[in-house]
Amino acid sequence: MPDAKEATLQEAWQEGAAKANTDYVRRRITIDPITRLEGHGKIDVFLDEAGKVERAYFQVPELRGFEKFVQGRPAEDMPQITSRICGVCPTAHHMAATKALDDLYHVDPPPAAKKIRELVYSTFITEDHALHFYFLGGPDFVVGPEAPAGERNVLGVIAKVGVDVGKRVIAMRRRLRELITLAGGKVIHPVLGLPGGVAKHFTADMQKQFQEVAAEAVDFAQFTLQLFEDVVLKNSDYVSLILSDIYTHRTYYMGMVDDNNHVNFYDGSIRVVTPEGGEWKKFRPREYLDNIAEHVEPWSYVKFCYLKPVGWKGFTEGADSGIYSVAPLARLNVADGMATPLAQQAYAKFCSILGGKPVHHTLANHWARVVELLYAAERMKELADDPQITDSTVRTLPTEKPTEGVGIVEAPRGTLIHHYWTNDQGIIEKANLIVATQGNAARIAMSVEKAAKGLISGANVPEGVLNKVEMAFRAYDPCHGCATHSLPGSMPLLIRVRDQSGNTLATLRRDFNGSVHRE
Amino acid sequence: MAEKPKVAFYWCASCGGCEETVVDLAEAVLDVVAAVDIVFWPVAMDFKRKDVEAMPDGAILATFLNGAIRTTEQEEMARLLRSKSKLLLAFGSCSHLGGIPGLANLFDRESILQSVYRESPSTVNEEGVLPSLRHKDNGHAVELPGFYQTVRTLSQVVDVDYYIPGCPPTPRILRTALQTLLSGELPPKGTVLAPDYALCEECPRKDSKPENLSISQFKRPQEVLIDEEKCLLAQGLLCMGPATRGGCEAPCVQGNMPCTGCCGPTSRVRDQGAKILSSLASLLESKEAAEIDQALATIPDPVGSFYRYSLPSSLLRRKKLDKSRTAGTPVR
Repeated sequence: MPDAKEATLQEAWQEGAAKANTDYVRRRITIDPITRLEGHGKIDVFLDEAGKVERAYFQVPELRGFEKFVQGRPAEDMPQITSRICGVCPTAHHMAATKALDDLYHVDPPPAAKKIRELVYSTFITEDHALHFYFLGGPDFVVGPEAPAGERNVLGVIAKVGVDVGKRVIAMRRRLRELITLAGGKVIHPVLGLPGGVAKHFTADMQKQFQEVAAEAVDFAQFTLQLFEDVVLKNSDYVSLILSDIYTHRTYYMGMVDDNNHVNFYDGSIRVVTPEGGEWKKFRPREYLDNIAEHVEPWSYVKFCYLKPVGWKGFTEGADSGIYSVAPLARLNVADGMATPLAQQAYAKFCSILGGKPVHHTLANHWARVVELLYAAERMKELADDPQITDSTVRTLPTEKPTEGVGIVEAPRGTLIHHYWTNDQGIIEKANLIVATQGNAARIAMSVEKAAKGLISGANVPEGVLNKVEMAFRAYDPCHGCATHSLPGSMPLLIRVRDQSGNTLATLRRDFNGSVHRE
Repeated sequence: MAEKPKVAFYWCASCGGCEETVVDLAEAVLDVVAAVDIVFWPVAMDFKRKDVEAMPDGAILATFLNGAIRTTEQEEMARLLRSKSKLLLAFGSCSHLGGIPGLANLFDRESILQSVYRESPSTVNEEGVLPSLRHKDNGHAVELPGFYQTVRTLSQVVDVDYYIPGCPPTPRILRTALQTLLSGELPPKGTVLAPDYALCEECPRKDSKPENLSISQFKRPQEVLIDEEKCLLAQGLLCMGPATRGGCEAPCVQGNMPCTGCCGPTSRVRDQGAKILSSLASLLESKEAAEIDQALATIPDPVGSFYRYSLPSSLLRRKKLDKSRTAGTPVR
């Protein structure tokens, strides 16, 4: 509905743009902060003399230096220390670290311990993916990318699908997180991982609680998938949006698979496919250094990952560029299928409707995430029902000298690598951490630039640029762990049009409630 | 309708877990939203720095600031929010005590940058590029905030009214703190909003702690099968319970692992590390210096264990800087 607010907005843009056009030949657009990044995120867009986007920078202005200050710490403290990298996905770091300790101490955990770990991990993935869908990514589709901005949030989702669903989401999330507390002591920064096992065994009562919630989680995931299909797939506008060139990049993809090349979050080999979809390589965690490298840019604290044998060729796509992508879409692209029946059906449908793999459409991440949600819930149920889960033997005490260990898991946001070297007392001498979002950092930078280039042309920047630029990075779940912090689903944005010396020519702001106004 | 009290949340050097705790209030978060007007919360809202700048001093009733102070931008925001807030709360271990990012005070800035951007085994950086505060890329000036030598707690940067402990604070601690603030009956300035007794007091394994506990050597958790009922110190594990404030209800112990000290010391203790050292020393079986040394040597990382969350706020504060390495850089 084009209301007075929008008319004013349009006017504001025209005025600011005209002024910019008259007075200046070179402009800069700053989006700062992008508020669902951990700490802060910032985008700087530079325009050329014709007003076309010359370059866009996606910056992460934060560093804490974990790799350095873990030196001197006992290796067994790593699962708890490194979980403090991210308070929303602490379980991912905790688990990668715990697996690195198994490798470090050359110790194989008892079957029950492995199952407990994977059960807790599946519970975590279920909770995290559900939240992203309902609170962060979903509003764009369930409510609509062109819907009035004020409705494009979780409240809009609830209005569309019903209050009962909203309550169900909150309750589901709470119950899943209570289970992680039950098994891991704390849901934010759990304590269960030890080299060779877990700290606490499963009682029959714990198993029962997991079984109850897991059964519900499978229902919930199916419901979510149905919702996605009804709302998105039956709407041809959404389908063409997903397929549009602005949101498409032809890169390599990386993800973990099991022996059958099915998606696995907890354990397996790392598989990479080319932009054409063929297997580029499948390697064991210990071989990651031969295959993955990180590139440093002076304008960001984040390092950009690429495939080492292919090489860093700048921010370009295609088979000659080593840039790859991780997270839900990438995992589905590298896998041959899903290990559970319902998720496999959903996977087959995903591939067939999108015209076969690899799927290069960034926005398809949302769909892929819901397919994974169903897998995680089904896997949770399988493990909760496993009679071996209550076996009291949950530790294998290490007997060998610690040396070097690599642990890899699939975090919700992609492949997560922990690598430690210790002295023979198990004290960390060196650590290397490649976190999930780094795997997408280069592609996110390209996506933001491509969206900016596709949407910003000349001085007449349409208002819709706000949500469309957002959608270019939101699909990756780039919040670095903040998805659940965003009670309102509308990402607030500030766009400033500046001249070369940094003077602000025009400022447009969209508030947390979705209203847009000029300042 | 009376105006609701204004509240702000901000996030500095930390993991975001503290703000996740706010969301973990689950259904109760709706009561919080009903009771206050959130005027600044960058992870969720678009009130900008300049919106805060435009507010009159003291316009915000309470700001909950989590995270330590590591960058120039974080310090600027801490100062700004201090001036705009009647009450400033250090929310969680990092802003209260320095937290785990505070362990970086065992190193200097240069070694951190070297380690991350040049020495990391997966980093390919032949030209030795480091992130720079102001960089020209094809004529485009791109900027980053500065990275200080030393991690500081919030109260080392600005005046703090109250502290909410924990890594992260549990929903119960947070709920109680919120109730205290909204009740209008404010405790004395500087109060840590949690019970003022040691964790052992509320530990579910309290009764299994022997009257005369004596320890001859410490065990690392991977070396022993941990009994799920018995006092962890009595099993020879380094548990920070005696030197740590309670109120969290010992979730780590309920996960069958020792307390690592995230709630910091009680009000009667200035230095948490010194306190645990004296507690442990009094439990040692031997009174012979050599044997005491031997027993303490079974703790592989005393600084990292005793000051896991509190190094920046401790009497030690940081490792001495090598002036020749840090010449010309802003030292704090």
